[in-house]
Amino acid sequence: MTFRGATGKLRNFNDFARKSGRLPKTLTAALGPWVGSDIIKPSMSISRVSYTLDSTLESVNTAEETAMKMAAKAGFGEDESHQIAMSVREAAVNAVLHGNAYDPQKKMRMSIEHTGDKFIVSIADEGKGLKPEEVPDPLAQENILKQSGRGIFLIKSFMDEVRIRLLDPGTEITLIKHVHGNAAGASEERQ
Amino acid sequence: MTMKASTRQVDGITVVDLSGRITLGEGSVVLRDTVRDLLAKGDRKMLLNLGEVTYIDSSGIGELVSAFTTVRNQGGELKLLNLTKKVHDLLQITKLYTVFDIKDDEAAAISSFKK
Repeated sequence: MTFRGATGKLRNFNDFARKSGRLPKTLTAALGPWVGSDIIKPSMSISRVSYTLDSTLESVNTAEETAMKMAAKAGFGEDESHQIAMSVREAAVNAVLHGNAYDPQKKMRMSIEHTGDKFIVSIADEGKGLKPEEVPDPLAQENILKQSGRGIFLIKSFMDEVRIRLLDPGTEITLIKHVHGNAAGASEERQ
Repeated sequence: MTMKASTRQVDGITVVDLSGRITLGEGSVVLRDTVRDLLAKGDRKMLLNLGEVTYIDSSGIGELVSAFTTVRNQGGELKLLNLTKKVHDLLQITKLYTVFDIKDDEAAAISSFKK
């Protein structure tokens, strides 16, 4: 494993109280009398993990596998978990290959957050910055047989929301998948 | 699971049985090297059997496209066989489904190559 500083953590209770979202049934039961008090309200962020990873292919695999596990844990089915994991893989490849260009001095940062109704992954690099308007349309006739240029397109196909933000230096891409009824229910059952 | 490729000859057609993941890194390199080696031997008719390919990313898609155009530019034919649902869906989304000649029956695929 090459990632450094993995910090899986539940947010503190005061943070929970400030966040919107639903509290899982079983967690509500476990927390019992605290829920609804000034300390915990039935609205919270379930979990957030963040990683700092080296600019390597191994990190890409780590990011993908982590996303797959957390998506399944959040209650997504196999197809949606696969879509999330593949989107994370594509974003991680962009960060490591196109952004950081495998530079050992540059890191990829990834965070995965599961709120009550959203599964949010952010991936940031320290590269020269991606300008989305300059990414060619891979479906255009003149691009259809090009070897590369489909990563962002696939991410947008698989995720519900995609945001790209230029950093100084680098690029941050945020991928959001909405938690639908079945996934939310499964999430509550799995807590 | 890394990717494996093995080749066999059926009625003058080179069938390449692929298994595992065609992704950036080893998987894409195995596919690239396999096609390059076959072309170097003079094989121009290739049927890529993707039945055991569990996963493919945009790099893998790019490698398939590259293999297709490389073989075609050398006067050959490259076709795909036995797509899994995930690979099928990816080729649909990227509009490559109509670019490749895709088959789901090996015997029919073999006989579809130009003699």
